[in-house]
Amino acid sequence: MSDLTKLTLADAVEGLKNKSFSSREITQAFVDTIEAGNEALNAYVLTTPDKALEMADAADKRLAKGEGGKLEGAPIGVKDLFCTKGVRTTACSNILGEFIPPYESTVTQNLWDQGAVMLGKLNMDQFAMGSSNETSCFGEVANPWRRKNDANVKLTPGGSSGGSASAVAADMCLAATASDTGGSIRQPAAFTGTVGIKPTYGRASRYGMVAFASSLDQAGPIAKDVKDAALMLEVMCSTDEKDSTSLRIETPEWSKSIDGGVKGMKIGVPKEYRADGMSKEIEDLWAQGVKWLEAAGAEIVEVSLPHTKYALPAYYIVAPAEASSNLARYDGMRYGVRQKGENLTDTYESTRAEGFGPEVQRRLMIGAYVLSAGYYDAYYLKAQKVRQRILMDFEEAFKTCDALLAPTCPSAAFGYGEKSGDPVEMYLNDVFTVTANLAGLPAMSLPAGLDVNGLPLSLQVIGNALDEETCFKTARVIEQAAGFNAKPERWW
Amino acid sequence: MSVTPDDVRKVARLSRIKITEDRVEPMTQELNGILAWIEQLGEVDVDGVEPMTSVVAADLPMREDEVTDGNRQSDVLANAPNAQDGFYVVPKVVE
Repeated sequence: MSDLTKLTLADAVEGLKNKSFSSREITQAFVDTIEAGNEALNAYVLTTPDKALEMADAADKRLAKGEGGKLEGAPIGVKDLFCTKGVRTTACSNILGEFIPPYESTVTQNLWDQGAVMLGKLNMDQFAMGSSNETSCFGEVANPWRRKNDANVKLTPGGSSGGSASAVAADMCLAATASDTGGSIRQPAAFTGTVGIKPTYGRASRYGMVAFASSLDQAGPIAKDVKDAALMLEVMCSTDEKDSTSLRIETPEWSKSIDGGVKGMKIGVPKEYRADGMSKEIEDLWAQGVKWLEAAGAEIVEVSLPHTKYALPAYYIVAPAEASSNLARYDGMRYGVRQKGENLTDTYESTRAEGFGPEVQRRLMIGAYVLSAGYYDAYYLKAQKVRQRILMDFEEAFKTCDALLAPTCPSAAFGYGEKSGDPVEMYLNDVFTVTANLAGLPAMSLPAGLDVNGLPLSLQVIGNALDEETCFKTARVIEQAAGFNAKPERWW
Repeated sequence: MSVTPDDVRKVARLSRIKITEDRVEPMTQELNGILAWIEQLGEVDVDGVEPMTSVVAADLPMREDEVTDGNRQSDVLANAPNAQDGFYVVPKVVE
């Protein structure tokens, strides 16, 4: 296997610019790596090698003339949630069938405009609903990491962006697009020893990204390190007329300010995140993170986010309610798979019963229930008020600090089948990530150590609205102090 | 509030999802489990709190009311399960 696949995105971009290698060479290296390993990992649900090489050749022509964008010639993967013109997009649900979008999502268009090369579409939980990737209609994704003493257990890469996380961890792309509605970038990143960031709500356009819960959905990258995440995010974000919730503000060049350090910054430690049952290892890692930041000149302050425990229940009203509205469009009439019924209603009901997986159906029914006549105020409106309380907690905290440090997840990656019995138990995986979605704040996950089984453990940096810069700077300090460079041992 | 099997049949109908009788009881239990867990929101004092709209205050953007796209009949129909003569073909609606 070629070493080109092991480069970071930033180093690959540099190498391409210096003509140390061509885009065709690095793209071919990825195509070969994917062909060799994807059967075992199931990270890609569709590979586009011909398109990739065509894009690579076009990039090489631009590079030869000394032209090209920020990611010129760099091969990346795309979560199957993003519409890609002429390339099948399914959100990993049967209901979309062989849907081929006639248009391109803004986030991916931004990447192609800067010269990135598309390797294919990445596996995910169906409609981004799940925390383990097992709701995908294309089957489970394997986490490239395995327990040191129990290598037979197939671990989940997390979800919903499990394919993105697995592909980045296994060097099957330089970086990948992902999306985060309740933790779907950060939790998979944490489970695979990769870096992921969800920006402030409104930074990245939602145009062409299959909708789950519109007031929570945000695109972001999963990458190999902090710098790569910054580079990806600054290309993905933009102001977009096609999305009315896209913020009319400039996107900073975060990759240029990541090394600013944390000297003089105040870092908040939210006491409510010390959840019952948190593993000792995660608690220790968190304490270690605090020490690293202190050593780098930050002042640590304890903060309180008293409504933290209400975040998940509020999420499980808001997200299903919005999903039940958004997914009403899948009726089998204009696209997707249609099941023949006895009459029109029967056709709708059969189409949706066949097309949606069990978790999606469950959430659509919860959504319909909480929005049904007489319950709107008691559920949806109440949840939106609780959400405001959660935001107010953060606003209060950010009066005394610049960023928050917390764990990303309550545990390391779990095995398939270890959790899926009770839906609520699975939902609890997102307990530390979902608050940032409800409040619309930027939040980032990065690996900082290994547990007793040799699996990666991660920390999360939550920033104030629009202050991704502080997230990157803080994460960069932790990254350098932790010196995390472990990689999964190749078995696939 | 507790969900009954009839509630499940009703929300399934509202969601336009066909549910077989043997799935009604398990789904009733699942929804009750989730909703019981959600009930803890009742503890939160939200008196005088406005429902959240967005983290960064922004006005809804306005643009000129003009056609910016269109004439894409074949694109629009390209993914249809059944299309004919420039139309979607759907099951008979009026009996």
